[in-house]
Amino acid sequence: MTTILDPTDERKPVERQISPRNGALTGTIGLLDIRKPRGSVLLDELEQQLAIRLPGITVKRYSKPTFTKPCPDDLRREIASEVDYLVEALAD
Amino acid sequence: MTETRPSFSLKSLSGDTHSFPRDGSHLVIFVKEDCETCNTAVPVVEALHKAYGDKLRVLMPGQSGADNASLRDRHGLTFPILDDTSCKVSFDWDIEIVPSVFWMDAHGRIMSHFEGFVREEWQSLNADLARSLDMAQAQIDWSGLPAWRPGCGSKHLYPEIYDKLRASAEGSPIRSRRIDIAPSDDVIEFMFDQGFSDGLPLVPPTPERVLRMLDGTRRPAQDLVATVPPNMGEATVEKIAINAVMAGCKPEYMPVIIAALEAVCTDAFNIHGVTATTMGAAPVIVVNGPIRDRIGMNKGLGALGSGNRANATIGRALRLIVGNVGGGKPGGVERSTLGNPMKYTMCFAENEERSPWPPLHVERGFKKEDSVVTVFAMTGGPVHIVDQESRQPEQVAGSIGLGLEGVFLPKLRNLPIDALLVVCPEHIDTLMSEGDYTKDRLRARIQEVTRRPLSEMVADDTSGTGIPKSVAEKMEAAKLKAEVPKFAGPEYIHIVVAGSDAGKFSSAFHGWATGEIGSQSVSRIIDSG
Repeated sequence: MTTILDPTDERKPVERQISPRNGALTGTIGLLDIRKPRGSVLLDELEQQLAIRLPGITVKRYSKPTFTKPCPDDLRREIASEVDYLVEALAD
Repeated sequence: MTETRPSFSLKSLSGDTHSFPRDGSHLVIFVKEDCETCNTAVPVVEALHKAYGDKLRVLMPGQSGADNASLRDRHGLTFPILDDTSCKVSFDWDIEIVPSVFWMDAHGRIMSHFEGFVREEWQSLNADLARSLDMAQAQIDWSGLPAWRPGCGSKHLYPEIYDKLRASAEGSPIRSRRIDIAPSDDVIEFMFDQGFSDGLPLVPPTPERVLRMLDGTRRPAQDLVATVPPNMGEATVEKIAINAVMAGCKPEYMPVIIAALEAVCTDAFNIHGVTATTMGAAPVIVVNGPIRDRIGMNKGLGALGSGNRANATIGRALRLIVGNVGGGKPGGVERSTLGNPMKYTMCFAENEERSPWPPLHVERGFKKEDSVVTVFAMTGGPVHIVDQESRQPEQVAGSIGLGLEGVFLPKLRNLPIDALLVVCPEHIDTLMSEGDYTKDRLRARIQEVTRRPLSEMVADDTSGTGIPKSVAEKMEAAKLKAEVPKFAGPEYIHIVVAGSDAGKFSSAFHGWATGEIGSQSVSRIIDSG
């Protein structure tokens, strides 16, 4: 991990910060279907594989109303408050 | 002795956590695996540990990472060697020499402390421990041990470690937001993505680099140097240091950058306008005085070009501060139609030693021994003035004048616009070949050779700029015949000397709007401490 000091007047938040990884996978994983066709197929398979390989974790499923528009704020907040990780599936 | 040392908690080689202090007597010894004296001392510590057992808690912070295990195995040590690879505890305890030995009581108070290997001190320690613990002394064959052997420097004092520790320690002067960049992210790319860059890669401003940069000035890190337009961001010494690191500066450049920033952030210089203008102006920094040589600036061969770290990075640091602290970014408040490469950097030193004239800063009221920075808002240049044939002073001065015709547009005259003329040494030699040729005489010659009748400034089919036809029609013929020089006054012509001894090529920077509504050149003394 490299730490640098902010060269600006700090009026804007720093973007693109990746959460620290601890190497373990525990807690709740969210699977978000953005509603592209067949996205659910990919996520169904992923959910099954997770259940086999990581029986200790909980999986929660979410869907965006439509892939053509950004995720609604309420759904984003709901996901953020309920899961530790999120996998977003793109498909066609 | 009532002196104490800070508490700590370190892991041993087997992963157990050991905290200091706890109940009872402690023997804390800081060691480094590759230190000969430490290797002399640790068997003695093992003997003390064996003799006093549970009554004496032995803790040995080792500074050598994986090599701590080698030290243990080499001497068959049975007490815990603690991992102080980061040297944080060594830093907190202010260790200078290893081995560094502390006999401490249960409250962390020092009963005895010594460094290196002085046999008598170890013998006294053994005796004191036995007396204090009411036990028999450890049996040690002292005859096989040296009477005296100096220790080694503590590893935390290695510069690359010490600065890092200093930056993160309590009392660090650093206050800026710390940005942790994930290991999976590329630091250079991250900085590009954040918009910190001028388009070229930046040196990552780590806390330890910034701390070293702060050593370049006596001014406290949180001193406010300037509020930087357009956002009126507060440029503290620390923010300046961060941007100076990114630009690639050395700490000794800091006083020049600070003075240059003070200069551009004055109302007279008007960095807001210089940044915002579609004409694409940029600060040109000229440095005079003893600091030029002290920090290794280029005033000679290629002074206006690439290759010199001080010239290149001082100018770049100033531009980065305006962009990052002031928020003046291209496409935002910076609205240049074309821009120019001086927006990356433009800074050079005057070749005072090759000049027959008072240097720029002396002309502007400073003492010769002062170090001074002067900033000009320039839109073009350096535009070379080529004259390899003239052998008479008036000829070369005339060529220099003609070389300035292009400021703004050749047909435009009587301009209240600055130009910064850089005269090369060979042209100086020609100017001086028949005796003293003053700067004022050169200015007058420039004005003389550029004089043209006002009628040539009237807008016509060749060029629609100049005096509008409708205005010209109302002017008397005599007035239109009156000749005007290139510049509204000789005071707009600023002259310095730079360059190498070979080559008859002087050069000129062309100004932006000069005066109250534009920018006026500003000089600031450099506090080089």
